[in-house]
Amino acid sequence: MHELSIAESIVRVACNHADERRVTRVHVKLGHLRQVVPSALAFSFGLVAEGTGVEGAELEMEEVPAAGICRRCGEESQLEGFPLVCRTCGGFDLEIIRGEELLVEFLELEEA
Amino acid sequence: MHRTAVKKVVLENVLDANDALAQANREKFDQSGTYVINMMSSPGAGKTALLERALERLRGKLRLGVLEGDVQTTLDADRLARFHIPLVQVNTDPGFGGECHLDANMVRSGLAELPLEDIDILVIENVGNLVCPAEFRVGENVRVMVYSITEGEEKPLKYPLMFRSADLVLVNKIDLLEYLDFDLEQFLGYLKAVNPAAPHILTSARTGEGVEEFCSWLERRTAYPPASG
Ligand SMILES: [Zn+2]
Repeated sequence: MHELSIAESIVRVACNHADERRVTRVHVKLGHLRQVVPSALAFSFGLVAEGTGVEGAELEMEEVPAAGICRRCGEESQLEGFPLVCRTCGGFDLEIIRGEELLVEFLELEEA
Repeated sequence: MHRTAVKKVVLENVLDANDALAQANREKFDQSGTYVINMMSSPGAGKTALLERALERLRGKLRLGVLEGDVQTTLDADRLARFHIPLVQVNTDPGFGGECHLDANMVRSGLAELPLEDIDILVIENVGNLVCPAEFRVGENVRVMVYSITEGEEKPLKYPLMFRSADLVLVNKIDLLEYLDFDLEQFLGYLKAVNPAAPHILTSARTGEGVEEFCSWLERRTAYPPASG
């Protein structure tokens, strides 16, 4: 399960940045192209967080829709599904500018 | 007692830790002059059989090694004994129904058992899965994806993550083309659509078609200083 390894990595990042305080919320950005299933990630996060400084924290997931710039016509397109295709000219050769995020953006920590 | 929450900006990529380990693996490979292929596929695409065919042909020309990460299609001892090459198996089954990919740390743990100085090409056989392995770099020089025509034409569009990350696509089980309702041109069109840069080779482990071409591709790659990336 893909989400389990990602959850482990999120917990590790959060623990490293927690300054030994309790973490109440972990805000992550999930690009659509990462093909992460949010419910599976939330479930995995709960499992992995147990016994760490992140236990009980809320995992807040911000999903980022994909967008790309067409290398043929230069236009930007929102990419809502596969195939990834330019909405202007129908070209398939796109430079992805959003949608590949897999990022811990911020934490909420309990005041010491 | 009243506690207030404070916000702390992190902005760290979740896969940074893996990527850092992958980079460390890569430095090790570069030092020993080992060229590393991350071989990926869906389950049952036939990458083990194809790998065996390639090993037969490359033996004697290049010193090979295998890091086996696919518990499902493990090259068993009997099949491999005849190659007399270094092989290490990495456990990807630590619970939760099995791991779905190799990560850089698992590969690192396997490297201690391999004589890298004596290996020109190390093949890492990744877990058969079309999604997860694409996310986790392990320090490889190239990614070779094995795709079986029994999987239908549309998978490049459904699993673009992996198809986009491949440097070479082996279109396998091509000997079955006449028996299957598989539109090769349409598949190649979809492949080009998601990864315009990746070459492909039509292969069959059964007939040996394309194995020579695959091996030549490998020999060309290793004849030059490893490309970055
Ligand atoms: Zn366009």
